Amino acid sequence: MTESASSIPWLSFTTFFPLLGVFLIGFRRWMSREDELAYVDKAAKWVALMATSATFVVSLITYVIYQPDVEGFQLVETAEWIGNGIVYKMGVDGASILFVLLTTFIMPICILASWNSINKRVTDYMIAFLILETMMIGVFCALDLVLFYVFFEGSLIPMCILIGVWGSEGERTFLGNIIKNRVYAAFKFFLYTLLGSLLLLVALVWMYLTAGTTDIVQLLAFDFPPEAQKWLWLAFFASFAVKMPMWPVHTWLPDAHVQAPTAGSVVLAAILLKMGGYGFIRFSLPMFPIASADFAPFIFTLSVIAIVYTSLVAFAQEDMKKLIAYSSVAHMGFVTMGIFSGTEQGVEGALFQMLSHGFISGALFLCVGVVYDRMHTREIAAYGGLVQRMKIYAFFFMFFTMGNVGLPGTSGFIGEILTMIGVFKVSTWTAALAATGVVLSAAYALRLYREVIFGTITHEPLKKIPDLNRIEIGILGTLMLASLWLGLNPTPALDVFSPAVEMILERYDAGLAAATG
Amino acid sequence: MEPFVVLLPLFGALLAMPVGRTFGPRAAELLTTFLMGLAAIYAWVLFADIGLGHNSREAAVLFTWIASGNFIAEWSVRLDTMTAVMLVVVNTVSFLVHFYSIGYMHEDKSRPRFFAYLSLFTFAMLTLVTADNFIQLFFGWEGVGLASYLLIGFYHHKSSANDAAIKAFVVNRVGDFGFALGIMAIYFVFGTVEFDGVFEAIRTNAVVTPFAVADGGPIRSLTMIFLDREVHALTLIGVLLFIGAMGKSAQFILHTWLPDAMEGPTPVSALIHAATMVTAGVFLICRCSVIYEYAPHAAAMVTFVGATTAFFAATVGLLQDDIKKVIAYSTCSQLGYMFFAAGVGAYDAAMFHLFTHAFFKALLFLGAGSVIHCMHHEQDMKKMGGLRGIQPFTYVMMFIGTISITGVGIPMFYLFDAPFGAAGFVSKDMIIEAAYGAGEAGRSFGYYAFFMGLVAAVMTSFYSWRLMFLTFHRKPRAAHEVMKHPHPVPDWMLWPLAGLAIGALVAGMMFHGQFVGGKSEAFWGESIYKAEAHHAGRDGHATDETQAEDRAVEAAEATGEHGTVEGHGGHDFPAWVLWAPFVAMIAGLGGAWSHYMTGADPLRFGLLRPGGLVHDFLKNKWYVDELYRFLFLRPARRLGRLLWKTGDGRIIDGFGPDGISGIAGLGSRLIVKLQSGYIYHYAFAMLVGIAVILFFVLTGGA
Repeated sequence: MTESASSIPWLSFTTFFPLLGVFLIGFRRWMSREDELAYVDKAAKWVALMATSATFVVSLITYVIYQPDVEGFQLVETAEWIGNGIVYKMGVDGASILFVLLTTFIMPICILASWNSINKRVTDYMIAFLILETMMIGVFCALDLVLFYVFFEGSLIPMCILIGVWGSEGERTFLGNIIKNRVYAAFKFFLYTLLGSLLLLVALVWMYLTAGTTDIVQLLAFDFPPEAQKWLWLAFFASFAVKMPMWPVHTWLPDAHVQAPTAGSVVLAAILLKMGGYGFIRFSLPMFPIASADFAPFIFTLSVIAIVYTSLVAFAQEDMKKLIAYSSVAHMGFVTMGIFSGTEQGVEGALFQMLSHGFISGALFLCVGVVYDRMHTREIAAYGGLVQRMKIYAFFFMFFTMGNVGLPGTSGFIGEILTMIGVFKVSTWTAALAATGVVLSAAYALRLYREVIFGTITHEPLKKIPDLNRIEIGILGTLMLASLWLGLNPTPALDVFSPAVEMILERYDAGLAAATG
Repeated sequence: MEPFVVLLPLFGALLAMPVGRTFGPRAAELLTTFLMGLAAIYAWVLFADIGLGHNSREAAVLFTWIASGNFIAEWSVRLDTMTAVMLVVVNTVSFLVHFYSIGYMHEDKSRPRFFAYLSLFTFAMLTLVTADNFIQLFFGWEGVGLASYLLIGFYHHKSSANDAAIKAFVVNRVGDFGFALGIMAIYFVFGTVEFDGVFEAIRTNAVVTPFAVADGGPIRSLTMIFLDREVHALTLIGVLLFIGAMGKSAQFILHTWLPDAMEGPTPVSALIHAATMVTAGVFLICRCSVIYEYAPHAAAMVTFVGATTAFFAATVGLLQDDIKKVIAYSTCSQLGYMFFAAGVGAYDAAMFHLFTHAFFKALLFLGAGSVIHCMHHEQDMKKMGGLRGIQPFTYVMMFIGTISITGVGIPMFYLFDAPFGAAGFVSKDMIIEAAYGAGEAGRSFGYYAFFMGLVAAVMTSFYSWRLMFLTFHRKPRAAHEVMKHPHPVPDWMLWPLAGLAIGALVAGMMFHGQFVGGKSEAFWGESIYKAEAHHAGRDGHATDETQAEDRAVEAAEATGEHGTVEGHGGHDFPAWVLWAPFVAMIAGLGGAWSHYMTGADPLRFGLLRPGGLVHDFLKNKWYVDELYRFLFLRPARRLGRLLWKTGDGRIIDGFGPDGISGIAGLGSRLIVKLQSGYIYHYAFAMLVGIAVILFFVLTGGA
């Protein structure tokens, strides 16, 4: 593993830049009287927008400095932290740099999407979002396992708050108590992730005790004994599988998505779900190659179930957001399948699928948000015939629906075909069953589109629904261009991935060769 | 320059909406039509140069599309004879349909959208036919599927149109499932998806080593493990690709979307669901001729499915009352002919029929469109009749189309080295003879295809003439109002009919020599592969050997390569084989005449009566739709609900988060706390984690 240091801490700068916004917003509120809070809210929105935009610019500069064709970690920075081999270490390689960019790109969009739809406790909301951004960027930049763990778990706190506080209305009975749906969703989210992260923590401590370091670069070069690999792999799996989410630990996702505010859903789908896949690629595959190969059939089984099962479930949904959430689970099935195929196309396809899904599913949740803001319902049956009044909306929704079903020309296709090509090499059964996903996804996605957009308007309130405004057109248009560009010319992105993927697979193959030979 | 033949329609598609908004719909129509016209002229220029002038060209590579490891797919424009033929078909018909639509759609408010879709479709179809690798082919393949979906559902306020659109897309995706797996298998076996790499390996019987397989072998006899079974690699690839072709070309069991697709505006039916998109499957098989030459079982499947479809669709066509559905089933049936021709190795005859079919079928559809327009959007033939007086021009055009599809011509009579007859006569006879030849040579399903082809030819003639007689002859059955005030048909709609009619009459005679006659070898060049020309390089694999031998004999016969004049006069076929299609046509015509032109009421029942077993079976289209609803649709819906409510709800959540918290007795207490401050618990858990690490670090646990 090679690494090249950077004299200017660009990554720390990117990661913690949003906290500057937090500080400014906090300061403004601290300085204000009670009757000025309306102004504070407005200021908070602007500060959040500026801070996230500036972070995007900083990350772009980072990307320009980054050399895509060089192997190993770059822009590495180290500082004393806890001591005894646990340091503050940041750095990026091909597998992570684009996700940093994806995060910083999506965040301003989220702030804009919340502009008019969030009305209560705006300051807190913006602060939560900015903290969330720092945590998420940190996950992709951390080169120390403890640091990774802190960011990884830390990102859940603001997300939990976002769902629990700014989630939608509605109540349910749970264990004899009447509670708010959004609290139930946040609770579920909490329970699942807690279970996974505790196991990850145990594994982390064991690794530290065995290898004597938590430096990821050094851990990547450390050969864990095969027996230990199995347990470590399972512990990491527990945490990442929940985050993906893989079947059968996916049931928190539909609830979380349905309850979360639009921007929360976008972040959840576009970035938080990617942390699991990133974890598999960064840790499981290269650090525990023998276990990864042994467990591959297990992963293939779960992936195929995820694809078929959740596609069928998606078909039965009555709530727009739930349908898209289930389709996310199905798409993540392609990712896990691709990763553990252990082939170049599989892993690159998985990375690409994660990137592409960030744009497409993010955009789909925004599309739902657009009509939710106007009509305050996500029931599919409450819509129909929107094309009569919302032509531009219908156009964008069509594009992203096609992206979701993986039509060639959109970025969705590249990830699906590459992961399938990769997995075909190791398991034709998996590839064949996963390919049924192309039929099922068409069925549920087109059904959703048809029932919401096509037909005639029969519901009275829809007769006055306005088409997209300029901000919405700008946001969806940008996402569309991103998806189209990645779909028609994915090679630059794949070229960024490939040095890192080659390195990871070298490590993976070497581990396997050592085990057999 | 070459890429422009593909890109011009794309410009049209992108510009149609903005131009329509700025300068009005007419500007958008004229612009897209003009660009299409340019592309059509260019296509003919390329055809003359490549096909007739035998100037083969290198594929023009635009830029790399996907590159991951050694998996590479490029954006390119491949130009060989087969592509040139398709370019001519696609661009000519597309131009005429654009032109026609200016008239047909002139009352529609969303015309620019319609023209944008038409041009988008054309672009996708062109990327398909100019592809130089399987991935770009797949791009075009799915692209035409999208355009077809959008155009079938063009009248998006209509529920039936939306249903039909979704059905078309989803059923096509079932085919694409096979196609995608076929591509994966190709990459797995060959390590490339480029046409040249794949085809060259099979031509030379190169040794290939599939991924992670220690011992490779010569490709023609290579086996691989697929779904735990050891299968012949080329057969597997051939079958998988054919599943894709079945979806796109509406072959039996995946045909159900095509009749429903008639919900789209009629010009769409002519362009997409008759002349171009549905022939993509035939194109795919012919493009991969070298694969099927060495995958006899896959070729047998193509023959069987094609012949069955030709028969099946013709039987259903007999009883249809909707003028467009008759033509739709006829398309389905004609595609069956093309497939079994390809299946028995007569790829050139298949392509020839594809070529002529484009003219006469588009002509029939556009003619039907003219009738429907005139009748104020009435499509039921029971309510027509006597239109000859009102629409003499359309009548003549439709008549020419019918002559062509039913195969009117003089058997065994040659003029300028070409058989004398309408386009459909020339190409269909070639196919039927090829099937007979294949049967004689002992190929699987050769005689079956020949027999089915003949029976289908009788029925084709019957339902085509039935359509003519019911629509144009006898007394009008429409309301007086309609007959008195027929909707005027603009000239825009009539001119393209004339263009197509010329093609439907003479295309067969004109291009016979090139496509299937004496000049065919030079014409097709490398783009169609026939095993007999390559005896030397074979590995001597027993089954391959005999199959290829058979094929050699059969192909020579089918294409009349025994020298031109002498060959035509002295075929190896018995005379009855040459006369059989003609007799079939006469039989069908006679049947239709006796029932619909004589007797008091043309709508009276004939041999098949409602309530009868055969009648109901045919009227319900062999109950295929019902079967699918029963087997797939309803179970899928129920299963989805079951998995959601029981699987996710009761089992996973029940034993998972809800259950754990319930069992632990935590639930109630925790929930109350969570209502207020659960976040701090979470943060606390994390702090504990950090503390544990710190503990180990500080106590020097390492």
